[in-house]
Amino acid sequence: MYFRDSIIAALQMIARNKTQSFLTMLGIVIGIMSVIIVMSLGASAQEFILGQIKNYGSNMIAILPGKPDDSGAPASAFGIVATSLKNKDAESIINANNPHIDGVSMYVRGSDIITWEENSVSTTFYGTTASYPEIENSIIEKGKFFSKDEELSNATVVVLGGKIANELFGEDNPLGQKIKIRKSNFTIVGVLKTKGGNFIQNQDEEIFVPIKTAQNVLLGINYLDFMRMRIDKTENIDKVKDDVVEILRTNHSIDSPEDDDFTVRSVAQALEAISSITDILKFFLVAVSAISLIVGGFGIMNIMLAIVQERVKEIGLRKALGATSNDIVWQFLVEAVTITFISGIIGIVLGVSISFLAAQIITALGYTWPFIISYDGIALGCLVSICIGLVFGIVPALRASKLDPIEALRYE
Amino acid sequence: MLISVKKLKKDFKETELTTEVLKGLDFEIKKGEFVSIMGPSGSGKSTLMHILGFLDKLSDGKYFFEDRDVSNLSDSELAKMRNQKVGFVFQSFNLLNRMTVLENVMLPLIYSKGLESSREQRAKEILDQMGLSHRLNYLPNSISGGEKQRVAIARALVNNPEVIFADEPTGNLDSKSGFQVMKILQDLNEKGNTIILVTHERITAEYASRIINIKDGQIIDDSPVVIRQVAAKNQELIK
Repeated sequence: MYFRDSIIAALQMIARNKTQSFLTMLGIVIGIMSVIIVMSLGASAQEFILGQIKNYGSNMIAILPGKPDDSGAPASAFGIVATSLKNKDAESIINANNPHIDGVSMYVRGSDIITWEENSVSTTFYGTTASYPEIENSIIEKGKFFSKDEELSNATVVVLGGKIANELFGEDNPLGQKIKIRKSNFTIVGVLKTKGGNFIQNQDEEIFVPIKTAQNVLLGINYLDFMRMRIDKTENIDKVKDDVVEILRTNHSIDSPEDDDFTVRSVAQALEAISSITDILKFFLVAVSAISLIVGGFGIMNIMLAIVQERVKEIGLRKALGATSNDIVWQFLVEAVTITFISGIIGIVLGVSISFLAAQIITALGYTWPFIISYDGIALGCLVSICIGLVFGIVPALRASKLDPIEALRYE
Repeated sequence: MLISVKKLKKDFKETELTTEVLKGLDFEIKKGEFVSIMGPSGSGKSTLMHILGFLDKLSDGKYFFEDRDVSNLSDSELAKMRNQKVGFVFQSFNLLNRMTVLENVMLPLIYSKGLESSREQRAKEILDQMGLSHRLNYLPNSISGGEKQRVAIARALVNNPEVIFADEPTGNLDSKSGFQVMKILQDLNEKGNTIILVTHERITAEYASRIINIKDGQIIDDSPVVIRQVAAKNQELIK
């Protein structure tokens, strides 16, 4: 039997039993729709997260204290104190004058509640170098960032993140004012322009003091929490990493890589790691939403069995007119696939529309949320809906084909 | 010879009980004949028609169609024979209600894999011959019983079959429509079509030129209808 005839028969069947068809198709529509939404939102979320990291700088290298672990970040990334990274290491890297390194910054951090007049706010303070704005792409809104001289001279100066400045001072000018950090007075010399946070750091809610001041006055330590450096081009990252590792091994008198007490990581590596995590998450969510497709498939099988029962006489007649068993199998399979395919298309349209709406709403809430249509998802949706028709349509189709034409013709 | 059956038997087995429905029939039907198979309910006439029409297989004996032994054909070969060699007209019309008159008539052509344009043209020709050109796009539910049976005859004829099997074709019709349908079958026979009519009514059976009378699975009489005008007389009485 010709393909077109079977499709027409299926469409006529859907048109004739609108309510029944709608309810049958609903399972598949919802299943495909959720797969599309999950894939689209998943891809958008991934892009959103990666975008945030890229904004942070994909040509960055971070050096953390502690032994590297191939399967993840070093212990220091989880707040475990490692003291192997010193200021001298950063100085050695700077003194090496590597032409591909545009800048190096050092960091230590702590937290405190800072106050001005009656206002107080809990914050993280960073001890860093004068090179911070250059490395982190930060813009000074008021005043200046502390200078190299201030960095080297234990100066008690501080630069505020935009949000902190606003919370403490409101409309007042913070420049020249003094705030207390861990009982020491610091003079505000600058305010950074707000740039919005990401899930790694929110500079707007932090304050920055010279590295040595933080180490000597606030924290009483002689080590670094981490270092960051900006590389001129992404393609030079690996080469610079090797050079940096070499310098640090020399500094730390390490001969074998197994003895490394530091970790050099590029943002590109972090991107890869996060991509693989979000991929797994996406796959898991798609798998969960695919369960509804199986439920929908049984709905299709149920309705197709009912349709076969309803059309016993027709099957007998078709056989009397020359249809072979294969023709009957083909007809009912095409009908099942037509129903599931139409359901799939409706599911795809709804899924894409809802994902688009979600993107609009999230964007309206102030996030840079990309709307990503997952073409893989659409192709998968079409393919899966056809497969469901084939898999769940085969039992009713075989049952129809096995009907005895005489019995079928006698059926009332 | 168009049809030749030798010692044709048909049993129905249900668990341990075997019912012999046809008990060794022998007869021949020539091309162009109009034969009625007559008998009371349960005589085996419908089973015989199903076997002759390739809808069922015989249990024993031989069945030759156009001198070819068709006793043991496979299901798909039987389907092909049904499609190309025979046409059926049923008592209850068996039209598909969701399809138009034209689509119903085109149905056998779908299974003979003809081109769609030629299918439609051929179906229209036959419907025109049946006087149903004005009903092409009607659904079966919206036409009269007589028209439905004419559609069914058109469907039976559309593939130019060797034989038309009519199973109680007037059973669901009023006498006027019944007469029209029998007249059509008679005209078709006069044009050379072989007609095998299954009925329990003598008045209908006598439209044929020969009546095979079956009782309890056996032929009790096989003779020509001598006075064929009887049917015409009956019709005049009805009028």
